[in-house]
Amino acid sequence: MFTATPRNRRSYRVQNVARAAFFLATVALVIPVLIIVATLAVKGGPAISWEFLFTPPRDNLTAGGIMPALVGTIWLVVVALLASVPVGVAAAIYLSEYAPDNLLTRTINLAIINLAGVPSIVHALFGVGAFVLFFGAGTSILAASLTLAVMTLPVVIVATRESLQAVPPAFREACWNMGATRWQTIRKVVLPNSISGILTGVILEVSRSAGETAPIMFTGATAYIVFLPQSVMDQTMALSYHLFYIATQQTGVPEELTFGVALVLISIVLLMNAVSISFRVYLRSLKKW
Amino acid sequence: MTPVPRARLSADTAAMDRRDAAWYVDRIAQWLVFAGGVSAIVFIVGIFVFVTREGLDFVLGSLNLREFFGSIAWRPTSNNPTYGALALIVGTASVTGFAMLMSVPLSLGVALFIAEFATGKTRETLKILVEMLAAIPSVVWGFVGMSIMNPLIIETFDVPVGLNVMNAGLILGLMAAPIMTTIAEDALKAVPDSYREAAEALGATRWEVIWKVVIPASKNGILAAVLLGVGRGFGETMAVLMASGHAINLPTSPFDSVRALTATIAAELGDTVQGGNHWGALFTLGILLFVVTFVINLTADIVVRGIGKE
Repeated sequence: MFTATPRNRRSYRVQNVARAAFFLATVALVIPVLIIVATLAVKGGPAISWEFLFTPPRDNLTAGGIMPALVGTIWLVVVALLASVPVGVAAAIYLSEYAPDNLLTRTINLAIINLAGVPSIVHALFGVGAFVLFFGAGTSILAASLTLAVMTLPVVIVATRESLQAVPPAFREACWNMGATRWQTIRKVVLPNSISGILTGVILEVSRSAGETAPIMFTGATAYIVFLPQSVMDQTMALSYHLFYIATQQTGVPEELTFGVALVLISIVLLMNAVSISFRVYLRSLKKW
Repeated sequence: MTPVPRARLSADTAAMDRRDAAWYVDRIAQWLVFAGGVSAIVFIVGIFVFVTREGLDFVLGSLNLREFFGSIAWRPTSNNPTYGALALIVGTASVTGFAMLMSVPLSLGVALFIAEFATGKTRETLKILVEMLAAIPSVVWGFVGMSIMNPLIIETFDVPVGLNVMNAGLILGLMAAPIMTTIAEDALKAVPDSYREAAEALGATRWEVIWKVVIPASKNGILAAVLLGVGRGFGETMAVLMASGHAINLPTSPFDSVRALTATIAAELGDTVQGGNHWGALFTLGILLFVVTFVINLTADIVVRGIGKE
C-alpha cells in the first residue's frame, strides 16, 4: 500500500544527505574545541605545579609562577561583581516585575543588547575616558573592575530576568491577595524562588570577566609586579593580560610556561562555566512547578 | 518565559495607598530598581559620550575624512603623521568576511541539526558544548592562533607566514559560531510545531519541512543571527590582534597579514601621549567601531521585531 515511488526515494535520499551534512557541521564545530583543549592540556600540563601557582614570576617573566596574576584576577572579578550584581539584579527586577511595555522599556532592552554587542576594546576606551581620567580612579583595580562590570552587566541582567520570569505568576498573585506590597512580594516570594537561577548568572559572569583582556589592559592591569595588590587603588597583574604579554611582548619565555598560563586560564573559565551549567540542569530537575 | 500578567498592576493603585512603613519601603524599592533598569541606558550613552569626548579634538581639529577613509598610510608616530585607516578597515572586513564565509553555513547547519534532528540527551549535550565554545576567552583563542594554527598553516599551505587573514578568520569563525548557532536555533524553535505537522501530514520529508516551511518562517531570526555574528567578528580584539599578523596591508589573498581596527587601538593606546593627535585618532577609531556595531545591533533588533509583527 505504501510502496515508495522514485520521487519518495529521492526525497528520502535528500533528507539523509541533509541530516549527514548538518551532523558534519556539528562535528566540525565541536572537534576543534576538543583539539584545542587537549593540546593546551598536553603542552601546558607539565608546567602546572604548586610552585607554579603560588610563587611570583622571576627573571623577567621567563621563569617562576603566576601567583600575582592569579590573585589579581580574583581581585578584579570580585570588585567587578560587587559593582555589577546589585545594579544588574535591580535592572532585572525592574524589567521583569515592574516595566510596562512602553518605549522606555524597549530602549532599556536595546541598551542591554548594545552593551553586550559593543566591542570589548570600545569598553576599554570608555573605561580609560570615564573611570581612569574623568572620575580620577587612575589605572587601578577599581577602574578596571568598573569597566568589566559595565561590560558584563548584560550577563547578570539577562540571567536574572530569565529566572525571575520562571517564577509562576500565581505565586505573586497569591501574595498580593494577602495584602503584601509589590516589594514584599518580590522580597519574600519572587527572589527566594529564583535565587539559585540568579546565582547561575553570577557564576557565568565570573567566567566572563576572568577571561577578558582588552577592557583591563589600559585601565588597571600591568605586566610585571611581584607584590600582591593591597587596595582597589593598586595596579595588578591579571591572568588574561599575563598570557597576552608573555605570548606577544616578552621574548625568551619557555613555551611550556605560556601553555601553562593558557591552561590555568581556560581551566578556571571552563570550570566556572561547567559549574554554572550543571547547577542550571540540576535546578531544572528540581523544579516543583 | 511566561510573562507576568498585567493584572498585577492593581497592586499599586490608589486603593493600595496605605502609607505605612511597608508602603514607603515599596516606593523606595520601586525607585531603586527603576534606577537599575535605566542604568543600562546611562551606560550605553556614557560609552558614546566618553569615547567621543576623548576623540572630539581630533575629529574637529585634524581629521581629514578623505585621508581617513581613502589612504592606507597609518603613520601616527612619524614626523609628519598621517591617519589613513583604509587598510585597517579592509583588514577588519577581510578577516570578518573570511570568518563569516566559514562560520555562517557551519553555524546554521549546527542550529538546524540541534533544533530539527537531534533529540533528548544529544541535543542537551550539543547545546552545552556550544555554550562551552562561547566561554573560551578571546586571549586564549589568540594564543591558539599563534601557537597551534600558525605552524599548521605554514606547513599545510607552504607559506612563509601563518599569522594572516586565514588564521584570524578561522579563529574568529569559531568564536562567532556559538552566538549565531544559539540565536538561529531560537528562531527555528519559535516556528510553531503545527506548521511542521501540517507539512508532514502532506507527506513532506523532514528535509522538505525544513527547507520549505521552517526556514522561510524563521528567515528573520536567521538573518538577525548572522548580523549578530558579523557584529561579534567585527568587534573582536585580542584574538585578531594576535592571529592576524598585525601588518598594515591591503590583502590580496587569505595568506596575507592584515591589521584590524580593534587591534590597532589595543596595540597602540598604551604607548600614546594622552590628549595628543594619535590618542584622538585611536578614540576616533573607537567611535567608528561603536557606531558600526550599534547600527548592526539595531538592525538585528528591528529584523527580529519584524517576526513579532507577522
